[in-house]
Amino acid sequence: MHADPKGVLTGVHFLDGDHACCEGTLAAGARFAAGYPITPSTEVVERFAWRIPTVGGLFIQMEDELAASIAIQGAVWGGAKAFTVTSGPGFSLMMEHIGYAAMTETPCVFVNVQRGGPSTGLPTLPAQADMMQARWGSHGDYGIIALCPNSPQECFDLTIQAFNLAEEFRVPVMLMLDECVGHMTEKVVIPEADGINIVPRRFTHKSPEEFRLFEPQADGVPDMVKAGDGYRFHVTGLTHDERGYPNMTVDTQDRMVRRMQTKLAPLAGSRAFFEAEHLEGADVVVVSYGITSRVAQRAIELARQQGVRAGKFRLISAWPFPAAHIAELAARVKAFVVPELNLGQMVNEVERAAAGKAAVIPVTHAGGTVHNPETILKAIVEAAR
Amino acid sequence: MNETTLEIPYEIPADAHNPVEPFLRMDRMPHIWCPGCGIGTTVNCFTRALLDSKADLDKVAVVSGIGCTGRVAGYARLDSFHTTHGRAIPFATGLKLSNPELQVVVYSGDGDLFAIGGNHFIHAARRNMDLKVICVNNLTYAMTGGQTAPTTPSKVISATNPYGVFEPSFNLVALAEAAGASYVARWTTYHVKQLARSMEEIFKKKGFCFIEVLSPCPTLYQRRNKMGDGLDTMKFYKEVSKVRHGARTSECELTKSGEIVVGKFVDRERPDYFELLRAQMTESLGDRYAEPEVSCSEC
Amino acid sequence: MQRMLTEIRIAGFGGQGVILAAAVIGKATAIFESGHATMTQSFGPEARGGSSSAQVILSSEPILYPYITRPDILVVMSQEAYTRFSPELKPGGILITEQELVRVDRFPAGVRAYGVPATRLAEELGRKVVLNIVMVGFYAAVTHLAAPDSLRKAVADSVPPAMQHLNLQAFDKGFAYGSELMIKLSEHDNDSVVATLEVG
Repeated sequence: MHADPKGVLTGVHFLDGDHACCEGTLAAGARFAAGYPITPSTEVVERFAWRIPTVGGLFIQMEDELAASIAIQGAVWGGAKAFTVTSGPGFSLMMEHIGYAAMTETPCVFVNVQRGGPSTGLPTLPAQADMMQARWGSHGDYGIIALCPNSPQECFDLTIQAFNLAEEFRVPVMLMLDECVGHMTEKVVIPEADGINIVPRRFTHKSPEEFRLFEPQADGVPDMVKAGDGYRFHVTGLTHDERGYPNMTVDTQDRMVRRMQTKLAPLAGSRAFFEAEHLEGADVVVVSYGITSRVAQRAIELARQQGVRAGKFRLISAWPFPAAHIAELAARVKAFVVPELNLGQMVNEVERAAAGKAAVIPVTHAGGTVHNPETILKAIVEAAR
Repeated sequence: MNETTLEIPYEIPADAHNPVEPFLRMDRMPHIWCPGCGIGTTVNCFTRALLDSKADLDKVAVVSGIGCTGRVAGYARLDSFHTTHGRAIPFATGLKLSNPELQVVVYSGDGDLFAIGGNHFIHAARRNMDLKVICVNNLTYAMTGGQTAPTTPSKVISATNPYGVFEPSFNLVALAEAAGASYVARWTTYHVKQLARSMEEIFKKKGFCFIEVLSPCPTLYQRRNKMGDGLDTMKFYKEVSKVRHGARTSECELTKSGEIVVGKFVDRERPDYFELLRAQMTESLGDRYAEPEVSCSEC
Repeated sequence: MQRMLTEIRIAGFGGQGVILAAAVIGKATAIFESGHATMTQSFGPEARGGSSSAQVILSSEPILYPYITRPDILVVMSQEAYTRFSPELKPGGILITEQELVRVDRFPAGVRAYGVPATRLAEELGRKVVLNIVMVGFYAAVTHLAAPDSLRKAVADSVPPAMQHLNLQAFDKGFAYGSELMIKLSEHDNDSVVATLEVG
């Protein structure tokens, strides 16, 4: 279906990533947001608080991130599309509810504008050091989706994508901005509402008597209902059966936890989101994401000017990690160069997927700014030797 | 008058074994609560209140946190949510805001609502969020084995205060009033009729409503403190309870064996969150303000 | 492929509209012309205090590296901003100052410097707050990086409707002042460019 025009600010704008992300939530149909102020992400909900009263929805500033991250899930079960926004310390506080959303298969979006850490770290400066936390930060086994925009335009586009994927897979989706992308202002084109594809909630057509809230459909994802429609359903964070009732047996645990991961398998393979260039005949492939992918692009261009056969593999969905694609590339390239604004996170995934068939070279950076393209260039040139 | 007899003014299904069956997920019985535990009694009162209030059960949602009382959501045959520890109130806040026609009841324990969830409680009360909060207060963390709660009275022996509690405890009704609740009452599981009536009353009351229900935990609290079993606790409640409607909540503190003041303490009119929101937005935006349409069946 | 890339820093006090000035410059190229623009701001603790700084990159190609390295153009509206940022100005670059707020004592060799009494010109319009847009008008006249009309459109697009007229007047005033200055300078030798400054 198409976007509801009420929320779509069609036109050409000069927006920063945080504001573009907000416009993405509105275009995607989000009518509820809960948040708690934290730099450098607050602008997303500041804009939402400014825009939403004339669109027809609600923003509530909660008492902390724990509250914000569970209030959105209450709203989702009430029938809303909902999201929260945070950074660094706030993301840490939200971990329990990312687990709750995964366990209860609650479609919702968590925006994390990454800043330097650990702890209070660098509140106003960029990093990409929450990538593993996004994947594994809550306890237990589960699956999530994480998207990494590298421009304000993508902050708009991928926010819509994030909501769509959340609905399709009934899963929490992390939108992993960084301070640089969040605070960078560029041209953002917002299309007409009928040019924006929206995935509606997969509401069941079954009667309350037939319906089971956690019974997987053909794609491994269960259909949904909302409160107040007479289904008298139960949702729990405990291990539960297809009815949603607590059922703490070994069999149920295995069946449920495995399905929560396998339902996302298409996104690691045929439906992985990435951007590739110059892979044919490449000796070195630079794997990067978010703001670093732009700096890496510069380095790749410089390397190619020097005659190095350097290719680009930009992760748009960092999670699920497109392991099969990296494995396939590993068989035909000399090396992967992996620059990221952390001391080595996604590089471990590249290494795992490459399985020793190609060298994997991290280009680490503790955060606070972006890489110098020359640093990445040097790594590319050395890797090509 | 026998306080524990329920009159049953509705038709009982021919195959029913218990008059509350229509309100419970019978396929989940037996429940997990111990013999003598008071939580089941409060659930009986709750079903009675649902019935008497003639609420549309499709439009009532129960939200619980974690703990023994947290399991209420799992047994109520309503839209029900068993959330994370301490976070029933913020979940309920999102649920209510997205779907205002729902009557949202938060049903949880004292540890869940006032230790780990204390911050959410005071803020929901401050906002006068239209939530009905029922706190079963057994004065301890029961599910984890009888540790000290912020409600445990001084001198009580608990798993984490084996030599006696010395920290001061919260007076929940005073806390609720100070934070802004529109309705505040306290009963014990001895006072089933009054409790059911209070529960019915809050279904008709707008804004943040709070009922504290003192309830025995014979397995841990009573046993460890040599206070007898469930029945002994009923006798104790009967003996020491004083009904004092309108009492100053600051004078309703609980002690290990002293007087328990029960009754309705606060019943006041304050604009609730939605009324405040609408008033402010209309003042600032006039005709440009669009009433929230948060919940959507198609999108 | 040769990139045409211009790095601009605009700096001054908080409240002078530094960020808006930068946004107008970026918007003119990115939206009202066919170029690319990336604006970033200093979000350090200083952003909450007295000083304010924004950076804009203009390019014919998509911009990859998001930050400026050595600005080609430095627009300063406070002495502190001048002292702090003038050493990083690229040789051959352009320095634009609010001449009554900034006393220019030294700048890198080969830099062309132009001053405008933007605050005074804004006050002549009755509103000191539009000094930032006077600066943008002046910038338009002395840099020719974007068509004046594009910048004018960007000004109109960046302020509330009720403020459009005033801001466009401010732009025009700064632009006229800059155009006159450029004509005056072209009548002299190149060497006199610097001499027009109130050095000392």
